Amino acid sequence: MTAAPGSAVATCLPVGSDTDLTWVRQQIRQVAAGLGFGLVQLTKLVTAASELARNTLVYGGGGHVEITPLERGTIRGVRLSFVDSGPGIHDVELAMTDGYTSGDGLGLGLSGARRLVHEFELDTAPGRGTTVTVVVWTADLPAARPGE
Amino acid sequence: MTSAHPGDGLTVPVLALGRTLLVTLQGELHDRTAERLRQDVSHRIARSGALGVIIDISGVDIVDSYLGRVLAEIAANARLLAAHTVVVGMRPAVAVTLAELGLTLPGLTTARDVEQGMEWLARRLPAADGRGRGM
Ligand SMILES: Nc1ncnc2c1ncn2[C@@H]1O[C@H](COP(=O)(O)OP(=O)(O)OP(=O)(O)O)[C@@H](O)[C@H]1O
Ligand SMILES: [Mg+2]
Repeated sequence: MTAAPGSAVATCLPVGSDTDLTWVRQQIRQVAAGLGFGLVQLTKLVTAASELARNTLVYGGGGHVEITPLERGTIRGVRLSFVDSGPGIHDVELAMTDGYTSGDGLGLGLSGARRLVHEFELDTAPGRGTTVTVVVWTADLPAARPGE
Repeated sequence: MTSAHPGDGLTVPVLALGRTLLVTLQGELHDRTAERLRQDVSHRIARSGALGVIIDISGVDIVDSYLGRVLAEIAANARLLAAHTVVVGMRPAVAVTLAELGLTLPGLTTARDVEQGMEWLARRLPAADGRGRGM
């Protein structure tokens, strides 16, 4: 089972303006805080979300984000999908490279966001749009589990 | 420029303390607010002849690559106007996250709090008032 029983409803928020970015960050923060995320994990999650939502807005021409609470055993998490139907990414490897930007950014959004999350998936095709899905758990798993 | 609603993401207070500007960022910052801040700080430096800028981010929950770039640009612009910039009060969780994100912010000086920021600036600036600094 991955989705939290009963409460597995995904929230869908528009990403169409910089005001939306602010709202998206606030909503994700609220959901994650409610799931019991600690401060550092929360900060990483919201930062990654901010990067990905901005890409959706700037390069994808806008889209939406789906927020889904997850549950695996006693550990909780959240899945975020950033969806746009923009131009897509032609060279994924290049886009994922630290420092590569086709605009005037620092080129750290995609590669940096991947380092901040537990799971990262990029689904894109030229002309078909881009979906970036990330999962973050409240605790680092399954590697280190210092006896709770 | 002084905010009537701190933390509403729309305005940023900039306070002049002698020849230092104190910029206090709070909570959620809209992108266009950050962009406007960049211009405001430059104008304020040019108009006031400020020699130092302290940007207090102790009230900021996250710094992403966009805000990081804005901070670096504020510092670079200030430098062109002969002012030094120090970013103070970064939260530990933010620092950890920035490191993982890969944002190193070269050319940006950081200090623990406003007081340390002031001290750093004081070491950089000539004692302008002729009274010296008690040394
Ligand atoms: N949703 C998207 N649709 C189309 N292209 C994208 C999308 N997201 C990212 N890209 C492409 O991948 C590149 C790298 O993205 P990344 O977020 O890493 O850097 P950036 O946005 O250019 O700069 P930064 O995020 O550091 O401000 C972008 O410049 C853009 O060309
Ligand atoms: Mg980006």
